[in-house]
Amino acid sequence: MLWNTLLLALRAIRRNLMRSFLTVLGIVIGVAAVITMVTLGNGATKSVSDQISSMGSNLLILLPGQRFGPGSEGAPNFKLADVEAIRSQITAAGAVAPVSSKGVTAVYQARNWATVVTGSSNDYFQAGNWQLAAGRTFSETEERAGKAVCVIGETVRDKLFGRQSPVGSEIRIKQFACEVIGLLKSKGQSAMGSDQDDVVVMPLRTVQRRLSGNPDVNRMTISVREGASIDAVKSQLILLLRERRNIGENEEDDFRVMDTRQITETLTATTKILTMLLGAVAAVSLLVGGIGIMNIMLVSVTERTREIGIRLAIGALEREVLLQFLIEAVVLASLGGLIGIALATAASIGLAGMMQIPYLFDPAINLLSFLFSAAIGVIFGFFPARRAAQLDPIDALRHE
Amino acid sequence: MTLDGTPPAALIRLSGITKTYGRGQAAFQALKGIDLSIDAGDFVAIMGPSGSGKSTAMNILGCLDTPSSGSYEFEGVRVEQMSRNQRALLRRHYLGFVFQGFNLLARTTALENVELPLIYRGESAGARHAAAREALQQVGLQGWEDHTPGELSGGQQQRVAIARAIVTRPAVLLADEPTGNLDTHTGREIMELIGALNRERGITVLMVTHEPDMAAYAKRIVRFVDGRVESDRHNDSHNEETA
Repeated sequence: MLWNTLLLALRAIRRNLMRSFLTVLGIVIGVAAVITMVTLGNGATKSVSDQISSMGSNLLILLPGQRFGPGSEGAPNFKLADVEAIRSQITAAGAVAPVSSKGVTAVYQARNWATVVTGSSNDYFQAGNWQLAAGRTFSETEERAGKAVCVIGETVRDKLFGRQSPVGSEIRIKQFACEVIGLLKSKGQSAMGSDQDDVVVMPLRTVQRRLSGNPDVNRMTISVREGASIDAVKSQLILLLRERRNIGENEEDDFRVMDTRQITETLTATTKILTMLLGAVAAVSLLVGGIGIMNIMLVSVTERTREIGIRLAIGALEREVLLQFLIEAVVLASLGGLIGIALATAASIGLAGMMQIPYLFDPAINLLSFLFSAAIGVIFGFFPARRAAQLDPIDALRHE
Repeated sequence: MTLDGTPPAALIRLSGITKTYGRGQAAFQALKGIDLSIDAGDFVAIMGPSGSGKSTAMNILGCLDTPSSGSYEFEGVRVEQMSRNQRALLRRHYLGFVFQGFNLLARTTALENVELPLIYRGESAGARHAAAREALQQVGLQGWEDHTPGELSGGQQQRVAIARAIVTRPAVLLADEPTGNLDTHTGREIMELIGALNRERGITVLMVTHEPDMAAYAKRIVRFVDGRVESDRHNDSHNEETA
């Protein structure tokens, strides 16, 4: 009986192909929206965690102040002596890269480009997982003497030199000329969305003397040796810095140690919440699609009153008519769901390509959306179906 | 009377059937006590002016409607006490309907239309196709199986409707003004078809009509006036050889 009813439903849908399509359009769009949002959200989450691991997965970042941005101003910067203390006292720390940065405009011939100069040491390249595309890193003499040499990122090369090789050329930063000795391999966007390749790296001393005018260190990037516990290094760092910065027992830290794992967790949690939010908004459109189905099914019942009368007259039971219309609604909604899944797959692949995030097929959300659309068929198909089943055959046959 | 002289068991027996629509002041009594007994194999034409209650009686006979009072026995079973679903099953297994307006499913082929009652009987696709083709052949429509009602003439549509009614081999064929939408010539063809089904297959036929020409094909004519049976007589002009 169920099979026969399914057959009847498919026949009814086929008889009214155009209207059937319009009926399910809402479901199609709803399902496509939900799946696309969630798939792209998953891709974004994946890309964020990939980018963080491109920074190095065993990295600690030391910042003055407790928070990002305003509010950290009261906290003093670090000193070079702090860097030395960490190097000598924390044995599990690998590369310790002090960083002092300054926004500048770099000029080469007629072109200029606003960027950030990062003053650091060769440890910076090691800790940050940077590879050289051309040239070399700093020599010990250059670091100690604070020579005007720099290693630039791909974006800066592109803006100032175009396709030309920059190594050996001189760029002008503020009032001094600086020789480009190396070019970094591209790393792309950072997890926060900034361009990691928009960078000019100079020896720390050069930046302190010529640009910032003070011997401070803005932040430190510390890599943890293979096999050492990140948490252990983190607590050692906190102890050491509290002592060096004379923080009393009851006072809070005036600095902050972040590890990349923690950043990964924070950022992926954020993108996951955004994904859920977008998915929820899209789910509302799925619900609206369900109301569309109910609307058209009610119209369809009215339009097909005479047909229902014929069926009842020739001996269809109430529940068979109910089942027919219910199955029709469910089949329609499920077909809509399938079309939606196909559309979402195409849209997700296309958009993921445009947004440069990976496309990840998520079987769970596809299955869930499909089942949800079928459920919508049941819920919103029931009322019209019951109305059809309860028609009086005599009145229904007389209906014009 | 049967050949051996025993009285035939009535297929349908109505006694004291009334039907009232509405309540109180607005109440209208469409049937005012009908007694009618119909034997298996009979061909009854129900005639009468509009408002005489013949359609109401037909709906009750077709188990589409229930009487307000009185009893209706179908093969000894009391129909007036049946539930809606039981009556649907009775229609499914024992009755076939032919309507004035044909009432075929639009945009559905003749074959699919004829198959429809068999679907509700749960028969297999193969059995359905075979039975539907055979029924269409019996009404003279072989070769028209794949045409939709829109592609068929009125007479052909009524033939499809008759095929749909007889495909289940019903005991009773109920025809409500089967020739009302047809010209006289086509109407006669349809009546001859119905007469042949009655004669050759022994299907009991109940037919509502207001055309004396069409009623002439029946064996018995029951005339309704004002909610009562005015006359019930054997049709003298009925002739087995010429009909």
